[in-house]
Amino acid sequence: MSHVDGNSLAGPLSELFRFDLTTTSGECRHCGDVTVLARAMVYPDPSGYVVRCCACGDVLLTIVTTEKRTWLDLSGISGLQIPT
Amino acid sequence: MGTVVETKTETPSGRSIVFEVPGWTGNVAGQHVDVRLSAPDGYQAVRSYSIASADSTERVQLAVDKLPDGEVSPYLVDDLQVGDQVEFRGPLGGWFVWRPTETQPVQLIGGGSGIVPLVAMIRAHAAAASTAHFKLLYSVRKPADAFFADELNSLVGPNFELDWLYTREAPDGWPRPAGRITQDDLARLAIPSTDSPGVFVCGPTGFVETVATHLVALGHDPIAVKTERFGGA
Amino acid sequence: MGIISRGFSGRSREHNPDLPPGQYLTDDFPVLSAGPTPDLDTTDWTFTVQTESGATQWNWDELHALGTEEVHTDIHCVTRWSKLATTWKGIPLDAIFDKVETEREFVMEYSYGGYTTNVPLEDLLDGKAWIVSEFDGEPLDPEHGGPARLLVPHLYFWKSAKWIRGLIMQDDDEPGFWEQNGYHIYGDPWKEQRYW
Repeated sequence: MSHVDGNSLAGPLSELFRFDLTTTSGECRHCGDVTVLARAMVYPDPSGYVVRCCACGDVLLTIVTTEKRTWLDLSGISGLQIPT
Repeated sequence: MGTVVETKTETPSGRSIVFEVPGWTGNVAGQHVDVRLSAPDGYQAVRSYSIASADSTERVQLAVDKLPDGEVSPYLVDDLQVGDQVEFRGPLGGWFVWRPTETQPVQLIGGGSGIVPLVAMIRAHAAAASTAHFKLLYSVRKPADAFFADELNSLVGPNFELDWLYTREAPDGWPRPAGRITQDDLARLAIPSTDSPGVFVCGPTGFVETVATHLVALGHDPIAVKTERFGGA
Repeated sequence: MGIISRGFSGRSREHNPDLPPGQYLTDDFPVLSAGPTPDLDTTDWTFTVQTESGATQWNWDELHALGTEEVHTDIHCVTRWSKLATTWKGIPLDAIFDKVETEREFVMEYSYGGYTTNVPLEDLLDGKAWIVSEFDGEPLDPEHGGPARLLVPHLYFWKSAKWIRGLIMQDDDEPGFWEQNGYHIYGDPWKEQRYW
């Protein structure tokens, strides 16, 4: 199953955040790699987006959207740098 | 909400579509939109498409290649007509973009319909009369599969170089025989890593991975190589 | 509900009153994945059940020696696709649990590649679950979970872990990957238990 790039998340994330999350840099909690989220690997399972670190493959974040709410799990990221 | 105002066949399996989107304030070259289609029974499908245009009018141009098992692309290429309406979310994406204020050299590498965001960048570059050095390497199966071929050829000039690469069928007498892109092709045709170019690679996942790997092997900084892999059908 | 796109119908699907609520019928077999497809060889493949007292492991041949059977069933994905009358071949979990002793009542399925999903033990027994290695008479494709996946068809298909590597017995119904991300802890399609 091939993945797409993190910049494909710009749309779904635009509903949640006022800034473009794809241009923020995140630190992978597993391996410490710091890179813009646009470079992460996104597995577009319709059950939810699973975003993986492009260096180590570990899960950075998951997004599950249902009719009632969106579940966002950012626990794979240990710090976000948001450009002003 | 966008209304189709123009469609043009570009290749045997693809076409460009111009939408009129009231309230659209323009986009940066390289951005994309999420297109949402709804069936009468409530079923919805969403796909991302790069924007080929990069101006501040209310007209947005997309170009779509029909994928054989696709759900959305066959509809957009075969069924959509002038007057039809489609829902958009965007413009989106702040990373795979080029702004005319940037002056460093830029190497663009596109595969098939991956040319679309790169066309936006080339148009923005031309409209701003930018002196940044632009080079495009466009890989297609055969000449008829190229999107915007005439326009790209016509924009070639002192600040824009264009190299065609054919993977299945090359024109008669073409110096390079048809075949997939190799590291040698990139060494020969791409701006060298020593010039520190920004690089944008867009196309199907396999193409993008191969090209990105070769570029890094040729000395390009992985952070300088921006990629946009296309997913969905 | 958005503006209707004239003439758009999407992937072939039907509403069918025999399906669980909210599902569509499909002829395709969509591939859904939360990560890359693991590259597995049956010669290194093992399956392990871990209990409170230890672990029992089988290799590919040993597991298949427990006896396989054909399974004809319907599957229901939480993304609203249902496929009727699918055919599989595999080892019933009953045969595996004949060799395992445990007092624990819950199971965490875990896969090569790191995926996990939880299920009560009783939902794996009494002819309700199998470890399958064939689909439609052919070896299971890696994209669909091959060489072997779990098959628990009475629950939403995310409970049928692909690339199954083993089961860990647990005292409580601890949530697996999707369950930690908002998906229902049990997942009964007939009660439409998609999320919590």
